[in-house]
Amino acid sequence: MSYMIVVGVTVVIYAILTVSLNIIVGYVGQPNLAQGAFLGIGAYFAAVFSTRYHMSFWLTIPLAFATAGVAGLVLGAISLRLREDFLAITTIGLNFVIVAVFQYVPFFGGAVGIYAIPLPSIAGHQFSNNAFLTVGLLMLAFVMAVSKYLEHTWFGASLMAIRDDETAASSVGVPVASYKVIAFTLSAAFAGMAGSLYAPFLSAVTPTSFGFIESVIVLAMLIFGGLGTIRGAVLGAVILGALPEAFRFISNYRLLMFGAILLLMLRFQPEGLVGEGSVLVKLTRRATEELRRRRHKGTTDSPAAGV
Amino acid sequence: MALLEIDSVTVRFGGLVALREVAFDVDEGQFISIIGPNGAGKTTLFNAIAGVIKPSSGRIRFQGREVQGSNPSHMSHLGVRRTFQVARPFASMTVRENVRLAAAGRQVLQSARALGLRGRVRPLADRVDGLLETTGLTADARRRASELNIGGLRRLEIARALASEPKVLLLDEPAAGIGVDGLRPLAELIGGVHHRGLTVLLVEHYVGFALSLSDRVIVLDEGTMIAHGTPEQVRNDERVITAYLGKAGGGQGARPPAVPTGPDAPGER
Repeated sequence: MSYMIVVGVTVVIYAILTVSLNIIVGYVGQPNLAQGAFLGIGAYFAAVFSTRYHMSFWLTIPLAFATAGVAGLVLGAISLRLREDFLAITTIGLNFVIVAVFQYVPFFGGAVGIYAIPLPSIAGHQFSNNAFLTVGLLMLAFVMAVSKYLEHTWFGASLMAIRDDETAASSVGVPVASYKVIAFTLSAAFAGMAGSLYAPFLSAVTPTSFGFIESVIVLAMLIFGGLGTIRGAVLGAVILGALPEAFRFISNYRLLMFGAILLLMLRFQPEGLVGEGSVLVKLTRRATEELRRRRHKGTTDSPAAGV
Repeated sequence: MALLEIDSVTVRFGGLVALREVAFDVDEGQFISIIGPNGAGKTTLFNAIAGVIKPSSGRIRFQGREVQGSNPSHMSHLGVRRTFQVARPFASMTVRENVRLAAAGRQVLQSARALGLRGRVRPLADRVDGLLETTGLTADARRRASELNIGGLRRLEIARALASEPKVLLLDEPAAGIGVDGLRPLAELIGGVHHRGLTVLLVEHYVGFALSLSDRVIVLDEGTMIAHGTPEQVRNDERVITAYLGKAGGGQGARPPAVPTGPDAPGER
């Protein structure tokens, strides 16, 4: 049971990452292969400040959010001028640079990283795994709610316009460059916030935990579930996050599996499992429509049937 | 003071001169057509006015303020809106959402308003419905823009450009690809918005179509303005006839009327 909860926390952290990544990749259509590094920035700052300066867990949440956000703002402002294909490569590079900073800057504890991160406490009680799960779910709910809200704002519509056609978006007045940076910043900040949970949950952070591979896994989850939709982001994280835990043998071939899934999805179902326009969503829509029609028919036909 | 002043604008792409010291004024309420063979620099001129490309030299003034080298988003907010030669819909959105976003204007630019919910702006919704009606898109309002046929896409381009009540409308070959049957309704649509007081600049391949709508016509050839006047004057201009049809015998010999789309291409990003 307690093992299931550990898996649950891992899945929830992944889900926060995919939902936040969806803001820049799904809504704005800008590739980002550095989401793992932004998780790392949040986790590292939370770790350093809770071990060295005894900062309370509750304060490390906004700290991790802000530091990853600032990093996202700076790095986004530099790199988001690039076209999509170059941007993808640039973010890969950023991920390696950030990991190298963790590794070589003494402030971040060097190659061994930071360990013995204290358990958070609430009302004098130390966190149980259940508490981690609860806080994680609250964070996830927050990120999902913000995403949902964005979808209904002018800002959100502008982001999707940029994804559909950047030139046309600027021609109707969308400030393309700055909106890209804002979306990238927000996406990074949310990933950093997940880091504040990650650090005390694993009680240690090491540079290698936030490498390029981690970013690829998060992107694979998002694409598998369905780019551009919150439900897709969550479903991708849940399925691909839980699968290796459910079937131990998969876990040895985890990366192989993620690579294969990514390729197959992009080839046969680029909309993802439950993204807009995916086979599954179309079938469900058709089925519900059919049901509604039948029910409607049933009520209008019944008097006629007696004649 | 003219609404829009093009003051000896030159645009070079590397060694290629796409526009050479083009100069003309646009007064409020005018309808000006810009015609010329392929590669004459018509789209480049539009791109310069819309803030997509920065002129190598010269000035562009809008309402008296210099705007050359500005950006498309800023020009759009100032009131200069354009359509594209090849339709560029927001394909994942419905037709209404396309027009609604284009109508937003301030809501899109100011962050406080940008974070407001889209459903809540009543006068905007009315204006969008009115525009869909004018452009004949009401029946398609809830369809995805990607499902429209070419005529629908053309009308969507115009609806989007009109959405924020612009001061100047730049139409880049709105008749491209819609066929002869579509010309009359399109002319009625464009003529209609012009008669309500909108200033229009039109780049067009169908010369007859352009001349029938315009107060004034500007003729470009290889980046140079070779004629400027009323449709009647331009129709009888020696140089215009030469540019379009080539010289009859002698001189440098007949030049084909359509040179490949060289200078226009770099602007078409």
